[in-house]
Amino acid sequence: MATKSKKQKSLTPDEVRQELIKKYPPKVARKRAKQIQANTGDEASTPEILSNVRTIPGIMTMRGCSYAGCKGVVLGPTRDIVNITHGPIGCGFYSWLTRRNQTEPPTPESENYMTYCFSTDMNENDIVFGGENKLKQAIREAYDLFKPRAIAIFSTCPVGLIGDDVHAVAREMKETLNKENPDHFINIFGFSCEGYKGVSQSAGHHIANNQIFTHVIGLTDKPKEGKYKINMLGEYNIGGDAFVIDDLLERCGITLVSTFSGNSSIHDFERAHTADLNTIMCHRSINYVAEMMEIKYGIPWIKVNFIGAKESAKSLRKIAQYFGDKELMDRVEQVIAEEMPAVEAALASIKPRTEGKTAMLFVGGSRAHHYQDLFSEMGMKTLAAGYEFAHRDDYEGRRVIPSIQVDADSRNIEELEVCPDPTRYDKELEAKKKALEAQGYEFSDYKGMMPEMEQGTLSIDDLNQHEADKLIELYKPDIFCAGIKEKFGIQKCGVPMKQLHSYDSGGPYAGFKGAVNFYKEIDRLVNSKVWSFVKAPWNKNPELTATYNWE
Amino acid sequence: MTLLRHTPTEIKERSALAINPAKTCQPIGAMYAALGVRGCMPHSHGSQGCCAYHRSTLTRHYKDPISAGTSSFTEGASVFGGQANLLQAIQNIFTIYEPDVIAVHTTCLSETIGDDLPQIADKARQEGKIPEGKYILTASTPSYVGSHVTGFSNMCMGIAKGFGSKDTKKTGKVNILPGFVEPADMEETKRLATMMGIKHILFPDTSGVVNAPLLGEYHMFPDAGARIEDLVQIGGSKGTIALGEWASAQAARFMDAEFKVPCMVLDLPFGLRATDRYVDALRKIAGTSVPYEIDKERGLVVDLLSDMHQYFHHKKVALWGDPDQLIPLVEFLRDLDMLPVHIVTGTPGKKFEKRIEEIMTETAMPVPYNVKVGGDMFLMHQWIKNEPVDLLIGNTYGKYIARDEDIPLVRHGFPILDRQGHQYFPTVGYRGALRLMEKILDAFLSRKDRDEPEASFELVY
Repeated sequence: MATKSKKQKSLTPDEVRQELIKKYPPKVARKRAKQIQANTGDEASTPEILSNVRTIPGIMTMRGCSYAGCKGVVLGPTRDIVNITHGPIGCGFYSWLTRRNQTEPPTPESENYMTYCFSTDMNENDIVFGGENKLKQAIREAYDLFKPRAIAIFSTCPVGLIGDDVHAVAREMKETLNKENPDHFINIFGFSCEGYKGVSQSAGHHIANNQIFTHVIGLTDKPKEGKYKINMLGEYNIGGDAFVIDDLLERCGITLVSTFSGNSSIHDFERAHTADLNTIMCHRSINYVAEMMEIKYGIPWIKVNFIGAKESAKSLRKIAQYFGDKELMDRVEQVIAEEMPAVEAALASIKPRTEGKTAMLFVGGSRAHHYQDLFSEMGMKTLAAGYEFAHRDDYEGRRVIPSIQVDADSRNIEELEVCPDPTRYDKELEAKKKALEAQGYEFSDYKGMMPEMEQGTLSIDDLNQHEADKLIELYKPDIFCAGIKEKFGIQKCGVPMKQLHSYDSGGPYAGFKGAVNFYKEIDRLVNSKVWSFVKAPWNKNPELTATYNWE
Repeated sequence: MTLLRHTPTEIKERSALAINPAKTCQPIGAMYAALGVRGCMPHSHGSQGCCAYHRSTLTRHYKDPISAGTSSFTEGASVFGGQANLLQAIQNIFTIYEPDVIAVHTTCLSETIGDDLPQIADKARQEGKIPEGKYILTASTPSYVGSHVTGFSNMCMGIAKGFGSKDTKKTGKVNILPGFVEPADMEETKRLATMMGIKHILFPDTSGVVNAPLLGEYHMFPDAGARIEDLVQIGGSKGTIALGEWASAQAARFMDAEFKVPCMVLDLPFGLRATDRYVDALRKIAGTSVPYEIDKERGLVVDLLSDMHQYFHHKKVALWGDPDQLIPLVEFLRDLDMLPVHIVTGTPGKKFEKRIEEIMTETAMPVPYNVKVGGDMFLMHQWIKNEPVDLLIGNTYGKYIARDEDIPLVRHGFPILDRQGHQYFPTVGYRGALRLMEKILDAFLSRKDRDEPEASFELVY
């Protein structure tokens, strides 16, 4: 497993692929070969990449599970839901405050349960005799203690096996508690997000979004005041990213109805359907919500990206263009003009030290794409990138969706039947979309990561420990980006590693301010003295011989 | 503003809802124990989220790579059983990562569907999936029984069962089971035995595995941990010292019954008297005398205590964590004349309350205190609101209580996600006792320096 620092950049992508899969048993090698593709640098010739398929048993994957995607990623950042994990203690414990989702309640007294971990802590008896009664009692106890606006229940693996019906319990307790307390409405809903569902976290995102769509969105018709109203989907406020985006939008005069689900509140989700536009950051985790809201309420959606200064400016302009208002467009330009000098100054100071360096990114279902923009602003090239839990459309673009084969694991995830809401479907928005589309404005599209990567670079789906080791050995990149599990193994090789799920200690990295933070952080990492200390002086020239004067 | 603003002072009985647990689940303990065998790849038999969570949490705690495999169950395996997944995993792991041992533990998923690990391991052997000279260990670790400590204990048992044999030649060595402690603590446990000239086999031994140096190369299996050539001899040792009833006693008693290796179960050697008992046990089991160097180390603990007693005396403490850790810690705090008034462990176990009661009532001056087995940190916080304390001792999750109530926190136990040092500097043994006292004193004196009025702000303490 030892990795020597030898640069061999002359290898062709195919040679690299052979190196990565050389050690595998034949069946494993065949499958992995399809998950490793060389980029062609354009949309038309993007090769097909195998993704969203089962992890091979025994492979040290970077992936997590459905529960992690549902409770950890999507619902975790909402401060005013009491999230009860129904299961043994572990799952609840591990998803307790470990994702760095920041939140800022409006007042010091406001609801905020994010610092708490709630679990039914199932024991052997509950597994043998069923845990529904314990769950009911737990909901009652949570209600008595906190009187929250909402309680959500998350199923863990054994709950699915023993057949506890969390949805029936949720319905019953919602009815009972609302009957007992007519002055305080409480919403209670469950998620069948057992860890074994699907092949990665992605299944959990889907399950989470379906239930939020079913039980929450549309509950309140009272709109937020504002002229230009949008939702931000797929932004989780890691390290304060959403705060930066909120600030930018506010200064432009754009009203953010809700963010799914960074710095979020359930009340904002309830009226999300009153927005005029949905903007998507992380396509993978949430494109379903945008799709369903368009069908039901007529709200069009666009893909945005607030990672990188250029992309942030582009996204702001695209939002302004949608509303088509001169006043808004001017304000957007003004805000960009206010922000850019600091960005340019930071780049001017940092770029001489980062230009020409190389990076690899293996993270998430959009971060591996978005963060390449920041690296390219610094003059850094991304040699290889990939996602843990993406589907083909995240790599190749949405145009391949019709050709994606639905396998058994995906079929187990519920697809909602959605139809237009008879009273709330917004025909004006539909007409607006048509008019803008005629002018060439792009809706409902995401081109994917692969077309935007340079020719000869690699896209690798569901990278694992063995292949990461090999990549380091073959390329010795200047920086590697992945998650906590990968961090210290990479660093043991003398390669700095930046976490891009939770950002290590840093952030925010969104927007213009975030870009400056990121430039500084990467400069710190790739130019840190620490990497020059890895070899002791006596190991750098070990053959040295000398005659000592006492000999 | 308070971060735990919804925690009321009034305590209501809860029977179903756990809030802010003071424990986690079995498999993570099993994974940690397995890392203490040289060349061993822990393997989690279940869906891949468990393995991801356990690796992440151990990584955050130790700031080092934690290698482990998973059977990656999807719905099919959950319905039809995980045998095919495990067989495939065993073959892949031996081919790709080349460990000497795979230590498989169950999860609540594979446990509930009833996968029989020893049977699957046998099948793997018959099918030639286990290369010559390589081993598979197994442990049953249902997450809905016990806690992470139970899982650690079950994998210690897996190691003893997997390597031990009653037909081993007598070696005159002593088996030492260090308990669920930091790698630095395992190192210190070995050092004390070595100082007394005792040949020993310490297992599991995670020192050098989860606190490995950065040398420019990554080794999935560092040259550290309990060696297989030693482990196969455990049945021929002249005795076993098991540290920690919850984490170590099970494997020690098994070796006693199966291999006729007599065992002694002691507390983890935190603080003065528990270390005394460990040293005394080593002396007796090996028939050696205690060297002056150890007397000297012990004397430093007593010296510091006598020098700084005024700052320890009658300070109130709340503490939570694993039962094996809390028992000697409470004893040590009492020996410092401090008052441990709130004590919570999430790990179930009947003997805990009785042991705490013995420790709390052995001195002439009884102190009222709260203790709960199977409690959580929400309850701990409520107790503190009702009866404030001067110090908190527990894991990282206590920082929210510390901030809300403005009480200093000494981080101890598992997990510690936001501070360093626990991997490198021991808190067991006499050196560990010195370090614990230093940390407690620092917490008190820093607080005093912060709060003292100008007129009484003094340079000398």
